[in-house]
Amino acid sequence: MSLLAAIGRVVLGFLAAIGRVALFAFETVSHLFRPPYYPREVAHALLQIGYFSLPVVGLTTIFTGGALALQIYAGGARFSAEAVVPQIVAIGMVRELGPVLVGLMIAARVTSSIAAEIATMKVTEQIDALVTLSTNPMKYLTLPRVLAATLVMPVLVAVGNIIGIMGGYLVGVNRLGFNAGTYLRNTIDFLEPSDIATSLAKGAVFGFLAALMGCYFGMRSGRGAQGVGRATKSAVVAASVLILAANFLLTELFFAA
Amino acid sequence: MIELRDVHKSFGPKQVLRGVDLTIERGKSMVIIGGSGTGKSVTLKCVLGLIEADTGLVTVDGQDVTRLRQGSSERDAFLARFGMLFQGGALFDSLSVWQNVAFRLLRGSLKKPKEEAREIAIEKLRRVGLTPDVADLFPAELSGGMQKRVGLARAIAAEPEIIFFDEPTTGLDPIMSGVINELIREIVVEMGATAMTITHDMTSVRAIADDVAMLHGGKIRWTGPVAEMDASGDPYVAQFISGSAEGPIETVR
Ligand SMILES: Nc1ncnc2c1ncn2[C@@H]1O[C@H](COP(=O)(O)OP(=O)(O)OP(=O)(O)O)[C@@H](O)[C@H]1O
Ligand SMILES: [Mg+2]
Repeated sequence: MSLLAAIGRVVLGFLAAIGRVALFAFETVSHLFRPPYYPREVAHALLQIGYFSLPVVGLTTIFTGGALALQIYAGGARFSAEAVVPQIVAIGMVRELGPVLVGLMIAARVTSSIAAEIATMKVTEQIDALVTLSTNPMKYLTLPRVLAATLVMPVLVAVGNIIGIMGGYLVGVNRLGFNAGTYLRNTIDFLEPSDIATSLAKGAVFGFLAALMGCYFGMRSGRGAQGVGRATKSAVVAASVLILAANFLLTELFFAA
Repeated sequence: MIELRDVHKSFGPKQVLRGVDLTIERGKSMVIIGGSGTGKSVTLKCVLGLIEADTGLVTVDGQDVTRLRQGSSERDAFLARFGMLFQGGALFDSLSVWQNVAFRLLRGSLKKPKEEAREIAIEKLRRVGLTPDVADLFPAELSGGMQKRVGLARAIAAEPEIIFFDEPTTGLDPIMSGVINELIREIVVEMGATAMTITHDMTSVRAIADDVAMLHGGKIRWTGPVAEMDASGDPYVAQFISGSAEGPIETVR
Protein backbone atom coordinates (compact mmCIF):
# COMPACT_ATOMS: atom_id res chain seq x y z
CA MET A 1 0.00 0.00 0.00
CA SER A 2 2.72 2.44 0.97
CA LEU A 3 4.60 1.45 -2.19
CA LEU A 4 1.54 2.25 -4.28
CA ALA A 5 1.17 5.53 -2.47
CA ALA A 6 4.80 6.34 -3.12
CA ILE A 7 4.46 5.57 -6.81
CA GLY A 8 1.27 7.58 -6.94
CA ARG A 9 3.01 10.53 -5.33
CA VAL A 10 5.87 10.42 -7.81
CA VAL A 11 3.50 10.22 -10.77
CA LEU A 12 1.34 13.04 -9.45
CA GLY A 13 4.41 15.14 -8.77
CA PHE A 14 5.64 14.50 -12.29
CA LEU A 15 2.29 15.45 -13.82
CA ALA A 16 2.14 18.58 -11.71
CA ALA A 17 5.63 19.54 -12.89
CA ILE A 18 4.59 19.08 -16.52
CA GLY A 19 1.56 21.24 -15.88
CA ARG A 20 3.70 23.98 -14.31
CA VAL A 21 6.17 23.95 -17.19
CA ALA A 22 3.34 24.04 -19.72
CA LEU A 23 1.76 27.01 -17.95
CA PHE A 24 5.11 28.75 -17.80
CA ALA A 25 5.63 28.15 -21.54
CA PHE A 26 2.13 29.38 -22.29
CA GLU A 27 2.62 32.53 -20.25
CA THR A 28 5.97 33.21 -21.91
CA VAL A 29 4.47 32.94 -25.37
CA SER A 30 1.46 35.03 -24.41
CA HIS A 31 3.76 37.97 -23.64
CA LEU A 32 4.73 37.91 -27.30
CA PHE A 33 1.33 39.46 -27.99
CA ARG A 34 1.19 41.89 -25.10
CA PRO A 35 3.36 45.00 -24.92
CA PRO A 36 5.54 46.44 -23.53
CA TYR A 37 8.47 44.84 -25.31
CA TYR A 38 12.14 45.08 -24.51
CA PRO A 39 14.00 45.00 -27.83
CA ARG A 40 17.34 45.81 -26.23
CA GLU A 41 17.07 42.71 -24.10
CA VAL A 42 16.26 40.62 -27.15
CA ALA A 43 19.26 42.03 -29.01
CA HIS A 44 21.50 41.32 -26.05
CA ALA A 45 20.20 37.76 -25.80
CA LEU A 46 20.67 37.21 -29.55
CA LEU A 47 24.28 38.23 -29.19
CA GLN A 48 24.87 36.10 -26.11
CA ILE A 49 23.07 33.01 -27.32
CA GLY A 50 23.83 33.21 -31.01
CA TYR A 51 27.10 34.89 -31.76
CA PHE A 52 29.05 33.73 -28.73
CA SER A 53 27.97 30.12 -29.23
CA LEU A 54 29.51 29.91 -32.70
CA PRO A 55 32.95 28.62 -31.60
CA VAL A 56 31.43 25.83 -29.52
CA VAL A 57 29.07 24.85 -32.31
CA GLY A 58 31.86 24.84 -34.87
CA LEU A 59 34.23 22.76 -32.78
CA THR A 60 31.64 20.15 -31.83
CA THR A 61 30.31 19.61 -35.31
CA ILE A 62 33.60 19.62 -37.21
CA PHE A 63 35.00 16.77 -35.11
CA THR A 64 31.76 14.84 -35.28
CA GLY A 65 31.52 15.19 -39.06
CA GLY A 66 35.11 13.98 -39.38
CA ALA A 67 34.58 11.03 -37.07
CA LEU A 68 31.39 10.10 -38.88
CA ALA A 69 33.21 9.96 -42.23
CA LEU A 70 35.93 7.73 -40.77
CA GLN A 71 33.42 5.45 -39.13
CA ILE A 72 31.30 4.98 -42.23
CA TYR A 73 34.37 4.24 -44.29
CA ALA A 74 35.65 1.76 -41.69
CA GLY A 75 32.23 0.22 -41.33
CA GLY A 76 32.34 -1.54 -44.69
CA ALA A 77 31.27 1.08 -47.16
CA ARG A 78 34.56 0.76 -49.00
CA PHE A 79 33.08 -0.48 -52.28
CA SER A 80 31.24 2.66 -53.25
CA ALA A 81 32.78 4.72 -50.49
CA GLU A 82 33.17 7.79 -52.59
CA ALA A 83 29.38 8.03 -52.95
CA VAL A 84 28.24 6.55 -49.65
CA VAL A 85 30.44 8.50 -47.23
CA PRO A 86 29.37 12.00 -48.32
CA GLN A 87 25.73 10.91 -48.48
CA ILE A 88 25.62 9.45 -45.01
CA VAL A 89 27.63 12.26 -43.51
CA ALA A 90 25.25 14.78 -45.04
CA ILE A 91 22.11 12.93 -44.03
CA GLY A 92 23.40 12.08 -40.58
CA MET A 93 24.55 15.59 -39.85
CA VAL A 94 21.58 17.47 -41.23
CA ARG A 95 18.80 15.18 -40.07
CA GLU A 96 20.04 14.17 -36.63
CA LEU A 97 23.50 15.02 -35.38
CA GLY A 98 23.58 18.69 -36.31
CA PRO A 99 20.41 19.72 -34.45
CA VAL A 100 20.98 17.35 -31.54
CA LEU A 101 24.61 18.23 -30.97
CA VAL A 102 24.01 21.94 -31.29
CA GLY A 103 20.96 21.58 -29.04
CA LEU A 104 22.95 19.80 -26.35
CA MET A 105 25.80 22.30 -26.56
CA ILE A 106 23.28 25.11 -26.18
CA ALA A 107 21.80 23.32 -23.19
CA ALA A 108 25.26 23.20 -21.66
CA ARG A 109 26.27 26.72 -22.52
CA VAL A 110 23.11 28.78 -22.66
CA THR A 111 20.63 26.97 -20.40
CA SER A 112 23.16 26.85 -17.59
CA SER A 113 24.07 30.51 -17.85
CA ILE A 114 20.44 31.62 -18.10
CA ALA A 115 19.46 29.50 -15.11
CA ALA A 116 22.39 30.66 -13.00
CA GLU A 117 21.84 34.31 -13.89
CA ILE A 118 18.11 34.33 -13.22
CA ALA A 119 18.47 32.21 -10.07
CA THR A 120 21.07 34.63 -8.72
CA MET A 121 18.75 37.51 -9.51
CA LYS A 122 16.00 35.72 -7.66
CA VAL A 123 18.16 34.96 -4.64
CA THR A 124 19.48 38.52 -4.38
CA GLU A 125 15.92 39.93 -4.68
CA GLN A 126 16.62 41.47 -8.08
CA ILE A 127 13.49 39.80 -9.46
CA ASP A 128 11.45 41.36 -6.65
CA ALA A 129 13.12 44.67 -7.41
CA LEU A 130 12.08 44.37 -11.06
CA VAL A 131 8.48 43.84 -10.00
CA THR A 132 8.51 46.88 -7.73
CA LEU A 133 9.87 48.90 -10.64
CA SER A 134 6.72 47.95 -12.59
CA THR A 135 8.63 45.61 -14.87
CA ASN A 136 7.28 42.12 -15.43
CA PRO A 137 10.18 39.65 -15.12
CA MET A 138 8.50 37.34 -17.62
CA LYS A 139 8.55 40.12 -20.19
CA TYR A 140 11.93 41.53 -19.28
CA LEU A 141 13.91 38.34 -18.61
CA THR A 142 12.11 35.27 -19.92
CA LEU A 143 10.57 36.30 -23.23
CA PRO A 144 13.72 37.95 -24.67
CA ARG A 145 15.84 34.90 -23.91
CA VAL A 146 13.32 32.35 -25.18
CA LEU A 147 12.56 34.40 -28.28
CA ALA A 148 16.22 34.94 -29.07
CA ALA A 149 17.08 31.28 -28.61
CA THR A 150 14.18 30.17 -30.81
CA LEU A 151 15.17 32.59 -33.56
CA VAL A 152 18.89 32.05 -33.49
CA MET A 153 19.07 28.29 -33.04
CA PRO A 154 18.12 27.50 -36.66
CA VAL A 155 21.02 29.67 -37.73
CA LEU A 156 23.37 27.88 -35.36
CA VAL A 157 22.12 24.52 -36.60
CA ALA A 158 22.67 25.60 -40.22
CA VAL A 159 26.20 26.66 -39.37
CA GLY A 160 26.72 23.41 -37.46
CA ASN A 161 25.47 21.36 -40.40
CA ILE A 162 27.78 23.10 -42.82
CA ILE A 163 30.81 22.77 -40.56
CA GLY A 164 29.97 19.14 -39.81
CA ILE A 165 29.77 18.35 -43.52
CA MET A 166 33.04 20.20 -43.93
CA GLY A 167 34.58 17.98 -41.26
CA GLY A 168 33.52 14.94 -43.28
CA TYR A 169 34.84 16.56 -46.43
CA LEU A 170 38.23 17.29 -44.90
CA VAL A 171 38.58 13.72 -43.70
CA GLY A 172 37.27 12.31 -46.98
CA VAL A 173 39.56 14.37 -49.19
CA ASN A 174 42.70 14.38 -47.04
CA ARG A 175 42.61 11.03 -45.25
CA LEU A 176 40.56 8.79 -47.52
CA GLY A 177 41.74 10.24 -50.79
CA PHE A 178 38.33 11.14 -52.28
CA ASN A 179 37.98 13.57 -55.11
CA ALA A 180 36.95 16.98 -53.73
CA GLY A 181 34.49 17.84 -56.51
CA THR A 182 32.80 14.46 -56.40
CA TYR A 183 32.42 14.69 -52.63
CA LEU A 184 30.65 18.02 -52.80
CA ARG A 185 28.46 16.95 -55.71
CA ASN A 186 27.38 13.81 -53.88
CA THR A 187 26.55 15.82 -50.78
CA ILE A 188 24.46 18.34 -52.63
CA ASP A 189 22.71 15.80 -54.84
CA PHE A 190 21.61 13.71 -51.96
CA LEU A 191 20.27 16.37 -49.60
CA GLU A 192 16.60 17.23 -50.04
CA PRO A 193 15.32 20.72 -49.22
CA SER A 194 12.93 19.05 -46.76
CA ASP A 195 15.93 17.62 -44.85
CA ILE A 196 17.24 21.13 -44.35
CA ALA A 197 13.84 22.51 -43.40
CA THR A 198 13.26 19.85 -40.75
CA SER A 199 16.78 20.34 -39.45
CA LEU A 200 16.17 24.04 -38.90
CA ALA A 201 12.72 23.38 -37.42
CA LYS A 202 14.29 21.02 -34.91
CA GLY A 203 16.77 23.76 -34.09
CA ALA A 204 13.99 26.23 -33.34
CA VAL A 205 12.21 23.77 -31.05
CA PHE A 206 15.43 22.88 -29.20
CA GLY A 207 16.32 26.55 -28.77
CA PHE A 208 12.90 27.24 -27.31
CA LEU A 209 13.22 24.32 -24.89
CA ALA A 210 16.77 25.18 -23.84
CA ALA A 211 16.02 28.80 -22.97
CA LEU A 212 12.64 27.97 -21.44
CA MET A 213 14.19 25.46 -19.03
CA GLY A 214 16.88 27.94 -18.02
CA CYS A 215 14.28 30.58 -17.22
CA TYR A 216 11.85 28.18 -15.55
CA PHE A 217 14.33 26.70 -13.11
CA GLY A 218 16.00 30.06 -12.55
CA MET A 219 12.71 31.71 -11.62
CA ARG A 220 11.88 28.87 -9.23
CA SER A 221 15.29 28.81 -7.58
CA GLY A 222 15.49 28.12 -3.87
CA ARG A 223 17.37 30.40 -1.53
CA GLY A 224 21.11 30.80 -1.28
CA ALA A 225 24.05 29.57 -3.32
CA GLN A 226 22.76 26.03 -3.01
CA GLY A 227 19.48 27.09 -4.60
CA VAL A 228 21.34 28.58 -7.56
CA GLY A 229 23.42 25.43 -7.99
CA ARG A 230 20.40 23.19 -7.87
CA ALA A 231 18.44 25.37 -10.29
CA THR A 232 21.31 25.32 -12.79
CA LYS A 233 21.76 21.56 -12.59
CA SER A 234 18.04 20.84 -12.94
CA ALA A 235 17.75 23.23 -15.87
CA VAL A 236 20.57 21.61 -17.83
CA VAL A 237 19.34 18.09 -17.14
CA ALA A 238 15.75 18.96 -18.04
CA ALA A 239 16.79 20.80 -21.20
CA SER A 240 19.01 17.93 -22.38
CA VAL A 241 16.38 15.28 -21.78
CA LEU A 242 13.63 17.36 -23.36
CA ILE A 243 15.79 18.07 -26.40
CA LEU A 244 16.50 14.38 -26.94
CA ALA A 245 12.87 13.43 -26.39
CA ALA A 246 11.66 16.17 -28.71
CA ASN A 247 14.19 15.05 -31.29
CA PHE A 248 12.73 11.57 -31.23
CA LEU A 249 9.20 12.87 -31.58
CA LEU A 250 10.11 15.23 -34.41
CA THR A 251 11.99 12.51 -36.28
CA GLU A 252 8.97 10.27 -35.88
CA LEU A 253 6.76 13.07 -37.16
CA PHE A 254 8.91 14.08 -40.14
CA PHE A 255 10.52 10.88 -41.34
CA ALA A 256 8.51 7.85 -40.24
CA ALA A 257 6.13 7.81 -43.17
CA MET B 1 -3.38 55.05 3.67
CA ILE B 2 -2.01 51.58 4.10
CA GLU B 3 -3.88 49.09 6.24
CA LEU B 4 -2.99 45.59 7.30
CA ARG B 5 -5.73 43.57 8.97
CA ASP B 6 -5.01 40.28 10.68
CA VAL B 7 -2.27 39.31 8.25
CA HIS B 8 -0.89 35.80 8.64
CA LYS B 9 2.07 34.30 6.82
CA SER B 10 3.87 30.99 7.30
CA PHE B 11 6.77 29.44 5.45
CA GLY B 12 6.17 25.72 5.73
CA PRO B 13 5.75 24.94 9.41
CA LYS B 14 7.29 28.27 10.42
CA GLN B 15 4.74 30.89 11.39
CA VAL B 16 6.21 34.31 10.77
CA LEU B 17 3.25 36.70 10.87
CA ARG B 18 0.40 35.76 13.21
CA GLY B 19 -2.16 38.48 12.77
CA VAL B 20 -0.50 41.79 12.03
CA ASP B 21 -2.72 44.85 12.35
CA LEU B 22 -1.20 48.12 11.28
CA THR B 23 -2.35 51.42 9.83
CA ILE B 24 -0.10 53.93 8.14
CA GLU B 25 -1.71 57.30 7.51
CA ARG B 26 -1.08 59.07 4.24
CA GLY B 27 1.90 61.42 4.38
CA LYS B 28 3.17 59.93 7.62
CA SER B 29 6.44 58.23 8.33
CA MET B 30 6.01 54.89 10.07
CA VAL B 31 9.01 53.09 11.45
CA ILE B 32 8.86 49.39 12.23
CA ILE B 33 11.23 48.07 14.83
CA GLY B 34 11.63 44.55 16.10
CA GLY B 35 14.14 41.81 16.59
CA SER B 36 16.04 40.21 13.77
CA GLY B 37 13.99 37.54 11.99
CA THR B 38 10.62 38.64 13.34
CA GLY B 39 9.19 39.24 9.88
CA LYS B 40 9.63 42.95 9.26
CA SER B 41 10.87 42.48 5.71
CA VAL B 42 8.12 39.93 5.09
CA THR B 43 5.54 42.50 6.22
CA LEU B 44 6.77 45.05 3.66
CA LYS B 45 6.76 42.43 0.93
CA CYS B 46 3.19 41.47 1.79
CA VAL B 47 2.09 45.04 1.17
CA LEU B 48 3.83 45.06 -2.19
CA GLY B 49 2.38 41.68 -3.07
CA LEU B 50 5.87 40.17 -3.52
CA ILE B 51 4.85 37.65 -0.88
CA GLU B 52 1.26 36.55 -0.70
CA ALA B 53 -0.21 36.63 2.78
CA ASP B 54 -1.90 33.38 3.78
CA THR B 55 -4.90 35.14 5.25
CA GLY B 56 -5.79 38.69 6.15
CA LEU B 57 -6.37 41.90 4.30
CA VAL B 58 -3.89 44.42 2.93
CA THR B 59 -5.32 47.59 1.45
CA VAL B 60 -3.73 50.70 0.01
CA ASP B 61 -6.17 53.61 -0.20
CA GLY B 62 -8.98 51.12 0.13
CA GLN B 63 -7.74 48.97 -2.74
CA ASP B 64 -7.27 45.30 -1.88
CA VAL B 65 -3.68 44.45 -2.76
CA THR B 66 -4.23 40.70 -2.85
CA ARG B 67 -6.83 41.09 -5.61
CA LEU B 68 -4.31 42.54 -8.07
CA ARG B 69 -3.33 39.81 -10.47
CA GLN B 70 0.36 39.39 -11.09
CA GLY B 71 1.44 41.10 -14.28
CA SER B 72 -1.91 42.86 -14.77
CA SER B 73 -1.90 46.50 -15.78
CA GLU B 74 -3.72 47.47 -12.56
CA ARG B 75 -0.88 45.95 -10.61
CA ASP B 76 1.69 47.81 -12.69
CA ALA B 77 -0.17 51.04 -12.06
CA PHE B 78 -0.36 50.20 -8.37
CA LEU B 79 3.36 49.49 -8.16
CA ALA B 80 4.19 52.65 -10.08
CA ARG B 81 3.19 54.56 -6.94
CA PHE B 82 5.78 52.72 -4.85
CA GLY B 83 9.49 52.89 -4.31
CA MET B 84 11.31 50.22 -2.39
CA LEU B 85 14.78 49.98 -0.96
CA PHE B 86 15.59 46.31 -0.42
CA GLN B 87 17.53 45.18 2.60
CA GLY B 88 20.28 43.75 0.40
CA GLY B 89 20.18 46.59 -2.14
CA ALA B 90 18.98 44.26 -4.95
CA LEU B 91 20.78 46.30 -7.58
CA PHE B 92 20.79 44.87 -11.10
CA ASP B 93 24.37 43.77 -11.53
CA SER B 94 24.17 43.72 -15.30
CA LEU B 95 23.43 47.45 -15.39
CA SER B 96 25.64 50.38 -14.45
CA VAL B 97 24.87 52.47 -11.39
CA TRP B 98 23.11 55.27 -13.22
CA GLN B 99 21.05 52.81 -15.26
CA ASN B 100 20.00 51.18 -12.02
CA VAL B 101 18.93 54.47 -10.53
CA ALA B 102 17.14 55.57 -13.68
CA PHE B 103 15.61 52.15 -14.37
CA ARG B 104 12.05 53.41 -14.27
CA LEU B 105 12.90 56.50 -16.28
CA LEU B 106 14.41 54.49 -19.11
CA ARG B 107 11.36 52.35 -19.90
CA GLY B 108 7.64 52.05 -19.41
CA SER B 109 5.15 54.81 -18.74
CA LEU B 110 7.67 57.19 -17.14
CA LYS B 111 10.13 56.94 -20.01
CA LYS B 112 12.33 59.98 -20.52
CA PRO B 113 15.10 60.78 -23.00
CA LYS B 114 18.36 59.07 -22.03
CA GLU B 115 20.26 62.28 -21.31
CA GLU B 116 17.55 63.57 -19.03
CA ALA B 117 17.25 60.24 -17.22
CA ARG B 118 20.98 60.24 -16.63
CA GLU B 119 20.89 63.74 -15.24
CA ILE B 120 18.10 62.82 -12.83
CA ALA B 121 20.04 59.74 -11.78
CA ILE B 122 23.14 61.78 -11.04
CA GLU B 123 21.10 64.28 -9.07
CA LYS B 124 19.57 61.47 -6.99
CA LEU B 125 23.01 59.97 -6.43
CA ARG B 126 24.20 63.33 -5.15
CA ARG B 127 21.31 63.40 -2.70
CA VAL B 128 22.43 60.13 -1.17
CA GLY B 129 25.98 61.44 -0.92
CA LEU B 130 27.52 59.83 -3.99
CA THR B 131 29.65 61.69 -6.53
CA PRO B 132 28.87 61.61 -10.27
CA ASP B 133 31.90 59.46 -10.99
CA VAL B 134 30.21 56.38 -9.51
CA ALA B 135 27.47 56.70 -12.15
CA ASP B 136 29.29 54.59 -14.70
CA LEU B 137 30.56 51.93 -12.32
CA PHE B 138 28.84 48.61 -11.87
CA PRO B 139 27.23 47.59 -8.55
CA ALA B 140 29.88 44.90 -7.96
CA GLU B 141 32.53 47.66 -7.91
CA LEU B 142 30.90 49.47 -4.98
CA SER B 143 31.20 48.96 -1.24
CA GLY B 144 28.22 47.60 0.70
CA GLY B 145 27.24 51.01 2.04
CA MET B 146 27.54 52.57 -1.40
CA GLN B 147 25.30 49.86 -2.87
CA LYS B 148 22.75 50.59 -0.19
CA ARG B 149 22.76 54.26 -1.11
CA VAL B 150 22.42 53.49 -4.82
CA GLY B 151 19.42 51.34 -3.90
CA LEU B 152 18.03 54.29 -2.00
CA ALA B 153 18.59 56.59 -4.97
CA ARG B 154 16.77 54.09 -7.19
CA ALA B 155 13.83 53.89 -4.77
CA ILE B 156 13.31 57.66 -4.82
CA ALA B 157 14.26 58.30 -8.46
CA ALA B 158 10.74 58.36 -9.85
CA GLU B 159 9.45 60.35 -6.86
CA PRO B 160 6.94 57.78 -5.67
CA GLU B 161 4.07 58.58 -3.31
CA ILE B 162 4.78 55.64 -1.05
CA ILE B 163 8.29 54.58 -0.15
CA PHE B 164 9.50 51.55 1.76
CA PHE B 165 12.98 51.52 3.20
CA ASP B 166 14.30 48.24 4.51
CA GLU B 167 17.16 49.16 6.84
CA PRO B 168 18.35 52.25 5.00
CA THR B 169 21.23 53.05 7.35
CA THR B 170 22.58 49.59 8.14
CA GLY B 171 26.23 49.43 7.15
CA LEU B 172 26.69 53.18 6.89
CA ASP B 173 28.99 55.35 8.96
CA PRO B 174 27.29 57.65 11.51
CA ILE B 175 27.67 60.76 9.37
CA MET B 176 26.24 59.10 6.29
CA SER B 177 23.43 57.66 8.43
CA GLY B 178 22.63 61.20 9.48
CA VAL B 179 22.52 62.33 5.85
CA ILE B 180 20.18 59.46 4.93
CA ASN B 181 17.91 60.08 7.92
CA GLU B 182 17.61 63.70 6.90
CA LEU B 183 16.90 62.70 3.32
CA ILE B 184 14.07 60.39 4.35
CA ARG B 185 12.60 63.06 6.59
CA GLU B 186 12.83 65.53 3.72
CA ILE B 187 11.08 63.19 1.32
CA VAL B 188 8.17 62.80 3.73
CA VAL B 189 7.89 66.46 4.66
CA GLU B 190 8.61 68.12 1.33
CA MET B 191 7.23 65.61 -1.13
CA GLY B 192 4.40 64.52 1.14
CA ALA B 193 5.28 60.89 0.61
CA THR B 194 4.11 58.08 2.86
CA ALA B 195 7.08 56.18 4.21
CA MET B 196 7.46 52.85 5.93
CA THR B 197 10.95 52.25 7.26
CA ILE B 198 12.48 49.26 8.96
CA THR B 199 15.44 50.00 11.15
CA HIS B 200 17.35 48.74 14.15
CA ASP B 201 19.04 52.05 14.72
CA MET B 202 17.28 53.98 17.50
CA THR B 203 18.90 57.27 16.43
CA SER B 204 17.31 56.70 13.04
CA VAL B 205 13.95 55.94 14.61
CA ARG B 206 13.92 59.25 16.43
CA ALA B 207 15.08 61.14 13.36
CA ILE B 208 12.70 59.61 10.85
CA ALA B 209 9.53 58.50 12.59
CA ASP B 210 6.15 60.11 13.07
CA ASP B 211 4.85 56.80 14.35
CA VAL B 212 6.55 53.68 15.57
CA ALA B 213 5.36 50.10 15.56
CA MET B 214 7.09 47.21 17.19
CA LEU B 215 6.76 43.75 15.67
CA HIS B 216 7.24 40.86 18.04
CA GLY B 217 6.02 37.28 17.99
CA GLY B 218 4.32 37.79 14.63
CA LYS B 219 2.12 40.61 15.89
CA ILE B 220 2.34 44.34 16.36
CA ARG B 221 3.26 44.52 20.00
CA TRP B 222 2.96 48.27 20.35
CA THR B 223 2.28 51.20 18.08
CA GLY B 224 2.07 54.91 18.70
CA PRO B 225 3.64 58.30 18.05
CA VAL B 226 7.41 58.43 18.40
CA ALA B 227 7.12 60.89 21.29
CA GLU B 228 5.29 58.29 23.35
CA MET B 229 7.76 55.55 22.63
CA ASP B 230 9.91 56.14 25.72
CA ALA B 231 6.90 56.13 28.00
CA SER B 232 5.11 53.26 26.28
CA GLY B 233 4.94 51.24 29.46
CA ASP B 234 5.54 48.13 27.38
CA PRO B 235 8.44 46.05 28.71
CA TYR B 236 9.24 44.70 25.22
CA VAL B 237 9.50 48.18 23.72
CA ALA B 238 11.48 49.40 26.70
CA GLN B 239 13.95 46.55 26.40
CA PHE B 240 14.32 47.09 22.66
CA ILE B 241 14.99 50.81 23.06
CA SER B 242 17.55 50.32 25.79
CA GLY B 243 19.16 47.37 24.03
CA SER B 244 19.38 45.49 27.28
CA ALA B 245 19.88 41.73 27.38
CA GLU B 246 17.63 41.60 30.45
CA GLY B 247 13.92 41.59 29.78
CA PRO B 248 11.02 39.69 28.26
CA ILE B 249 12.56 39.39 24.78
CA GLU B 250 14.52 36.16 24.49
CA THR B 251 18.07 36.58 23.28
CA VAL B 252 18.15 33.19 21.60
CA ARG B 253 15.58 32.85 18.83
N1 LIG C 1 11.07 33.34 1.05
C1 LIG C 1 11.17 32.80 2.27
N2 LIG C 1 11.13 31.46 2.43
C2 LIG C 1 11.22 30.90 3.65
N3 LIG C 1 11.36 31.58 4.78
C3 LIG C 1 11.42 32.92 4.71
C4 LIG C 1 11.33 33.60 3.46
N4 LIG C 1 11.43 34.92 3.69
C5 LIG C 1 11.56 35.07 5.02
N5 LIG C 1 11.56 33.87 5.63
C6 LIG C 1 11.65 33.64 7.09
O1 LIG C 1 10.79 34.54 7.72
C7 LIG C 1 11.38 35.06 8.90
C8 LIG C 1 11.31 36.55 8.91
O2 LIG C 1 12.14 37.06 7.88
P1 LIG C 1 12.36 38.60 7.66
O3 LIG C 1 13.34 38.73 6.53
O4 LIG C 1 11.06 39.28 7.49
O5 LIG C 1 13.02 39.07 9.01
P2 LIG C 1 13.35 40.55 9.46
O6 LIG C 1 12.41 40.90 10.56
O7 LIG C 1 13.37 41.44 8.30
O8 LIG C 1 14.80 40.36 10.08
P3 LIG C 1 16.11 41.28 9.90
O9 LIG C 1 15.97 42.40 10.83
O10 LIG C 1 17.21 40.36 10.30
O11 LIG C 1 16.14 41.69 8.48
C9 LIG C 1 12.79 34.52 8.95
O12 LIG C 1 12.83 33.53 9.94
C10 LIG C 1 13.03 33.91 7.61
O13 LIG C 1 13.76 32.73 7.75
MG1 LIG D 1 14.74 42.24 7.11
